[in-house]
Amino acid sequence: MPRRIRGRAWVVGDHVDTDVIIPARYLTTSDPVELARHVLEDLDPTLKSRIQPGDILVAGDNFGCGSSREHAPIALKAAGIACVVARSFARIFYRNAVNVGLPVVQCKQGVPVASERVVVVDFDAGTVTDEATGAVYPAEPLPEVMREILEAGGLVPYVARRLEEQRRHAAASA
Amino acid sequence: MGMTLVEKILADHSGRREVRAGDIVSARVDMILANDVTAPLSIREFRKMGATRVFDPEAIAMVPSHFAPSPSIQAAAQIQAMREFSREQGLPYFFEIGRMGIEHVLLPEEGLVVPGDVVIGADSHTCTNGALGAFATGMGSTDIAAAMALGETWLRVPETLRIVYYGAMKPWVTPKDLILYTIGKIGVAGALYQALEYTGETVRSISMEGRFTMANMAIEAGAKTGIFEADEVTLAWEEGRARRPPRVYRGDPDATYAGTVEIDVRQVQPQVAFPHLPEKTRPVSEAASMDLRIDQAFIGSCTNGRLEDLRLAARVLRGRKVHPDVRLIVIPASQRVYRQALAEGLLDVFVEAGGAVSTPTCGPCLGAHMGVLARGERAISSSNRNFRGRMGHRESEVYLASPAVVAASAVLGRIASPEELGLDETAFFETVGVRAS
Repeated sequence: MPRRIRGRAWVVGDHVDTDVIIPARYLTTSDPVELARHVLEDLDPTLKSRIQPGDILVAGDNFGCGSSREHAPIALKAAGIACVVARSFARIFYRNAVNVGLPVVQCKQGVPVASERVVVVDFDAGTVTDEATGAVYPAEPLPEVMREILEAGGLVPYVARRLEEQRRHAAASA
Repeated sequence: MGMTLVEKILADHSGRREVRAGDIVSARVDMILANDVTAPLSIREFRKMGATRVFDPEAIAMVPSHFAPSPSIQAAAQIQAMREFSREQGLPYFFEIGRMGIEHVLLPEEGLVVPGDVVIGADSHTCTNGALGAFATGMGSTDIAAAMALGETWLRVPETLRIVYYGAMKPWVTPKDLILYTIGKIGVAGALYQALEYTGETVRSISMEGRFTMANMAIEAGAKTGIFEADEVTLAWEEGRARRPPRVYRGDPDATYAGTVEIDVRQVQPQVAFPHLPEKTRPVSEAASMDLRIDQAFIGSCTNGRLEDLRLAARVLRGRKVHPDVRLIVIPASQRVYRQALAEGLLDVFVEAGGAVSTPTCGPCLGAHMGVLARGERAISSSNRNFRGRMGHRESEVYLASPAVVAASAVLGRIASPEELGLDETAFFETVGVRAS
């Protein structure tokens, strides 16, 4: 997981829900490439063609509210979104993002930048910086367990390691 | 210092004497569920984890309810993946089409979720099960995969926001109206990262069906779960149903709460949530005065597709016709509801009125199939979400209301109250049983 992400911001509003991130009509697949093709299209049909790999989504309150569909963070990640910064996240989305290895940063006071400005997310310092103005915004630290999952590369490798340990214990005690 | 209802359940499931809001625990899970949208991804991630066997086949339910019966080859392949996994792992609770129901209606009905359980599901409306006094929450597919392998999941113990309802409901006011009103009051992020606990004198008089409706929409206020303390209504409902012994937990009087919201139910009118957020609620009288013509009316979903809902809708529709410009779609939420509605003649009422009745499916609620909206169309729905594009085109509109309001609107061709049809309160109380003030 990168310690620092520098990218171009796309600013979206409050309560961006999972239905507009990836509409249900595309949920007969879980192929990331296919999902990325339709990312955010019900929010703004022009956005997906403007997103470049490494861009950062800067949102308001309650980002990712609604459905439990993990397809939402998968689609954002596959579209090249490097990180989502929001004033607050819906709980299921936040957890899903960490599980699939999409970095998420909560800045309670918000990050008032304009779209296409460059922002820098520094995970070690716990800050988000607006490069043009130099303004620095504090980020909430991730809970320990989520940091471990993100650092392992997502929940799959994290659980794989635990299952492997269980097998070793079982073999040793047999 | 005492614990809340949620803290008690999570303490017991994580082998601790005490937990506090904010603690991170590893909790044993009693029931795990997934549907045809989320299970295929769970199965894929389960295999990637190197897991070969689920921790307990009896603790996993697979319900194909979203794109089911399958409207496309891709959807059929998703159901096929869960069917094959269920056979491979010997899961007894895979529900085939024809014996199926919407997961959050089906599982409690089948007695697969009981009071005191910890339930996680790869569907945000898993919180519906909180109506039984269980801790139930939605997660993504990978979390579900991990729980299927390990039998446990990590949870941050949530703070609890208490909603205290008092007073008797007015005629035509249903539990759906109470929850819409509540979300309108606290907002769609009003309980973010928290548990909503529904309490107060009014809830004692609300049927299990109404409680499921209210718990179902906790997620629409951002809550991790919505929960009722199990009482005599719960236990009576579980009689002959529960497949495991219920465990009744109660919050301590000196527990710490994030806050308390008091709602005088006597002030609540039937509600309508306007596009595109469930918090944009207005009283039906105000909505009715705006002459909002509708193209489609939908009665069904895990929110309001239960028997009580169909009885209420049928009471409004009996002897009446659906407006010529309106499509009415009625979907009983489970096979059991379907059969009972058939036996009571309710389905006849819908068909006679000119409505379409379908086998159980989530279809229209999420714009999957069986009632997708075209550009510019407006629908009124008994479901739980009215996000942009939820039921179809991004330039369509969804209004949320109770089955009674949806049925009345279907007849009049515009958003309307049942009272506009000359239906008085007797018609209402006949249907909902003894609840008069």
